[in-house]
Amino acid sequence: MSEPRERRGGRGGALHPLAELTRVRLLEFRREPEALFWVFVFPVLLAVALGIAFREKPPAPYQVGVTDSAVAQRLAGAEDLDVEPVGLGEGLDALARGRFDVVIEGAGGSEAFPGDGPSVRYHYDPMRPESRAGQLAADRALQRAFGRSDPVPTGLDPVSAAGSRYIDFLIPGIIGMNLMGSSLWGIGFSIVVARTRKLLKRFAATPMHRSHYLLSYVLSRLLFLVLEVAAVAGLGWWIFDVRIEGPLVGVLVVTVAAALAFAGLGLFLAARPETIEAVSGWMNLVMLPQWLLSGSFFSYERFPEAVWPFIQALPLTATNDALRAVYRGEPLVAGIGLQVAILAAWGVVSLALAVRRFRWQ
Amino acid sequence: MDRLPPVLSKAMAHLPVQSVLTTQTAARCEGLVKRYPGADGGVVAVDGLDLEVLRGECFGLLGPNGAGKTTTVEILEGLTVPDEGLVEALGRRWGTGQDREIRQQLGIQLQETQLADKLTVAETVRLFRSFYERGPSVDEVIALARLVDKRSARVGKLSGGQKQRLALACALASDPELLFLDEPTTGLDPQARLHVWEVVEEFLGRGGTVVLTTHYMEEAARLCHRIAIIDHGRRIALGSPEELVARLGADQILEVRAVGPSQGVLDDDLGHALDAGRLAALPGVAGADAHESRGWMIRVRDVAVALPAVLAELDRSGARLEHLATHQATLEDVFVHLTGRGLRDE
Repeated sequence: MSEPRERRGGRGGALHPLAELTRVRLLEFRREPEALFWVFVFPVLLAVALGIAFREKPPAPYQVGVTDSAVAQRLAGAEDLDVEPVGLGEGLDALARGRFDVVIEGAGGSEAFPGDGPSVRYHYDPMRPESRAGQLAADRALQRAFGRSDPVPTGLDPVSAAGSRYIDFLIPGIIGMNLMGSSLWGIGFSIVVARTRKLLKRFAATPMHRSHYLLSYVLSRLLFLVLEVAAVAGLGWWIFDVRIEGPLVGVLVVTVAAALAFAGLGLFLAARPETIEAVSGWMNLVMLPQWLLSGSFFSYERFPEAVWPFIQALPLTATNDALRAVYRGEPLVAGIGLQVAILAAWGVVSLALAVRRFRWQ
Repeated sequence: MDRLPPVLSKAMAHLPVQSVLTTQTAARCEGLVKRYPGADGGVVAVDGLDLEVLRGECFGLLGPNGAGKTTTVEILEGLTVPDEGLVEALGRRWGTGQDREIRQQLGIQLQETQLADKLTVAETVRLFRSFYERGPSVDEVIALARLVDKRSARVGKLSGGQKQRLALACALASDPELLFLDEPTTGLDPQARLHVWEVVEEFLGRGGTVVLTTHYMEEAARLCHRIAIIDHGRRIALGSPEELVARLGADQILEVRAVGPSQGVLDDDLGHALDAGRLAALPGVAGADAHESRGWMIRVRDVAVALPAVLAELDRSGARLEHLATHQATLEDVFVHLTGRGLRDE
C-alpha cells in the first residue's frame, strides 16, 4: 500500500456486535414458520386438549348393574345411581371392562327380602375408587329403601377450592415444559446447523468476541421466552380462568432464571456435536427424564420421597415449582427463592462449560 | 531484505527488522508443517513451506485439490495451528495475544461457508460490519461487492456468483489490509467468475493485498502478481505468471497422443516408442513432458520447424497418432512440466 487508505471509525451503521447478533437471531427465528408453530401454537393446543380432557364435570352417577328386578325397583329413585337390569355373567364382564362400577346380585324373587344371611351380594373392584364408592352408595340407597333411618342428621357443603383444578396444575407445567423445549431445540439446532455450514468457522475468523455469539442466544431466548410465557399464561387465564395470584414480576423473574438455565444447557449440548442427529440425541436424553420426573403433567410427589431432592434439583422441576408458587400467590422470596437460585446455578455452570467446550470448526 | 531496491535497503538499515517486515511484508511463513493424524500415519498436508506475501500484491497459491493450499491459507489466517514453523500476518504472530487486532485488519473468505439463508444481503453485511471497529458503511460494502440490486434479497435466493460476492462483501466489511480468498470462483460460470475478479481487482487497485488460492490457471494468470505452485504441501515453483511460463522455454505447446505397437499410450518401455530425450533433441523443440493421461506435451519454440520433425519421429517409432493440437503455453503447462499431472486431475 503506497498510502494509508482512509479508514472510517464507528461501525458503519451497525450496532454493537452483541446487539447485531441478537437482532439476527430474532430475525431468523421470526422467518421460521415451523419454529413459531412449536413455540407459540403447540403449547396452547396442548393446554387446550388437556384442559378439555380433564375439564371439571358434574359428578356422574355410579353405574350399577342389577340382576334382580325387585332390587332394581327399590333403587330406581336413587339420584346418584344409574341402575340397569343385567344377567349375572354379562354384568360381571361389564364390571371387568369398567362399564359398571358395581353389580348387585339378588337372591331371586321378592320373598327373599329380608331374611337370614346375605341375600344381596355386591360385586365390585376395591382397587377402583369409583367402584368402592359406587358399592357404598348402592348399599346406602338399598338400606334406606328397606327402611333404615340414619340416627345422626347431617348436612352437605361441597367445596371447590380456587386453583385446585387439574388445569390449574397443568398450565404452569406446560409453561415450564415449553421454556425447556423451545430453548433447547431452538439453540441446539441453530448452532449445529451453523457449524455444519461452516458459519461458525467464518465467525471465528472475525474479531467477534466468541462470548458475544453465545450470549446472543441467551438474550434472544430471554426475549422470546417472555412472549411465550405471556402467550400460554394469557390463554390459560382467558380460556380456563387459571389466574396468577402472585405478582407478575414473579413470573418474569422465574422466566428469566429459566431462560438462563435452559439457554446455558442448550449451548452446552450444542457445544460440540457436528450433526443434527447427534445433538437431537443429547437433547432428548436431557429432556425426556425431566418431562417424566419434573411434575409437568403430574406431581413428582408420587415418586418415593427419597428421590425428591434429586428431582427438585432438576431445572424443569425448579421452573415448575417456582411457577406454581407464583400462580398460587405464595410470598415471592420464600416461594421461589430456592428455585431461582437452582436455575441460576444451572445457567452459570452450563454456560461456563459451554464456552470452554465450544467447537468453532 | 534482498527484495528491496538497494537504495531503500540502505535507508532502512538502521530500522529494527520488525518494522522493515511490516513495511514490506503482509504475511509470511517459514518451514510450515501441518500433519493430520489418521490411519497409515496420517497425512502431511503442508510439508516445510516458505512463503512471503508482499504488501500491495496479489499472491496466488496454485495447485491441485489436496495440495495443501487451504491448510496453508487457514494457518496464515490464524484458524489452524501449524505443527512446526513460523507464521506472521501483518507483522504479528498468531497466538501472542494480538489475534483480535490482526483480525481487525484481515478480510477472509473461506471455502464452503454458507451464510444464513433467512437473512438479507444487507442484514448479513451489517452483522459482519459490526465486528469491525473501522471500515466503510454497510451500503458502501454492498456497492463494493456489486450487490446493490440484491440489497434486500434473502441469501437463500441468491445465485452462486451472488453468494460468492456476498462472501466477498463480508470479507471487505473490515476494509482489510490483507484479503484471503480461498477458491473464490470454484463452481461458478464464466460470467459470475468475471464479476468476482472485477471486485478483487478493484480491491487491489485501492492498494490492498490479496492471498488467493485457486486451481484455475486463468484466474491465477489474470489476478496474481506472483504465484507459488504447490504440490503435496511443498512449493515447487515461485514467480510471476509470465516468469513461470517463460521458464518452459517455449511459447507453444504441441499436444501429441499416440498409440504404439504395444497399445500403451506412451510406450516408454519399448525402444522404438517416443522418448522425452529424443523429442527434446528435435529441431524447434525445447523439451517434452509425458502427462499421465493426456499424452505428450511438447514445448515448442517454432511450430513450423518442430511439427514436421515430431511427425517424422512418430513415424519412425511406429506409433499411431491419435490426437494432435497446439496451444499457447500457460500455467497449466508449467504444472504439467513440474509434476507430470494436470491441475484438475483427480
